[in-house]
Amino acid sequence: MNIIVNGETISIAPNTSLSKVIDTLNIKNQRFAVEVNGEIVTRSEHNHYQMKENDKVEIVVAVGGG
Amino acid sequence: MRTDQFVIAGKEYHSRLLVGTGKYRDFNETKTAIEESGAEIVTVAIRRTNIGQHPNEENLLDVLSPKKYTLLPNTAGCYTAEEAVRTLRLARELLDGHNLVKLEVLGDSKTLFPNMPETLIAAKTLVKEGFDVMVYCSDDPIQARQLEDIGCAAIMPLASLIGSGMGILNPWNLNIIIDQLKVPVIVDAGVGTASDAAIAMELGCSGVLMNTAIAKAQNPILMASAMKKAVQAGREAFLAGRMPKKTYQAEASSPTTGLIS
Repeated sequence: MNIIVNGETISIAPNTSLSKVIDTLNIKNQRFAVEVNGEIVTRSEHNHYQMKENDKVEIVVAVGGG
Repeated sequence: MRTDQFVIAGKEYHSRLLVGTGKYRDFNETKTAIEESGAEIVTVAIRRTNIGQHPNEENLLDVLSPKKYTLLPNTAGCYTAEEAVRTLRLARELLDGHNLVKLEVLGDSKTLFPNMPETLIAAKTLVKEGFDVMVYCSDDPIQARQLEDIGCAAIMPLASLIGSGMGILNPWNLNIIIDQLKVPVIVDAGVGTASDAAIAMELGCSGVLMNTAIAKAQNPILMASAMKKAVQAGREAFLAGRMPKKTYQAEASSPTTGLIS
């Protein structure tokens, strides 16, 4: 099935957890935050959170800005 | 000056200069300039991470430790209350429950002037959700008061357009805002050089927030140092109370008697 991560469509196996998705993205060393379909998914929930078809995931970090 | 406290949302700070972290050449310059500025509160933006395209990309928070600085996540680039609120909820998750945030809802990509109706809506929601909101706003005294009434932790009117370096264009409005509010008033945006920062502080602002004036100076590190001193000098001048202006008659500083003849 497909999900959208930061605007890019990604194919994943059914019943994949959010933390599995994050594992494949090479962002382990960063401090990040995750939202699915407009709602925050806290760090402690990543393991149990099951992805569904067409979920829209946003993963953000802090960058330079005023 | 131990009695001159600068408190935002219940926490005391020693530096009245707040700085942004954008537009620097690299993270090393960012880090050095911010150290030189003496700032304790530094703004950061919230953006999508690259998802593995650049795995070795440096992270801003490796350079600016949340242990050393009070990070102030902003909503730069947001044009609606909804986007701004979502961004700051993400920021709170990112920074482990950190509540101090900078709200800015823009109205126009050319001027980056704030959209005040959306700003007021977002401020209400964020205060209700427990955020300590420092809010970028127009220099309209009525809307500034409304933001204070909503419960914002600091009111941050622009001195002139973001990134313009045009300085303090309407000191009269800033005066009214400072006079009528109890929460800290911090000039945010428009400062171009050290004298602008000093003028803001002499007006009685509690602090100054700037980014481009330092980052886009020919020598950002030296300008950071200049800004630190300008903010301190302006604050001391404000506390000292300037002499009255006399437009009609000069008054000699030296004795008028005992002159040789």
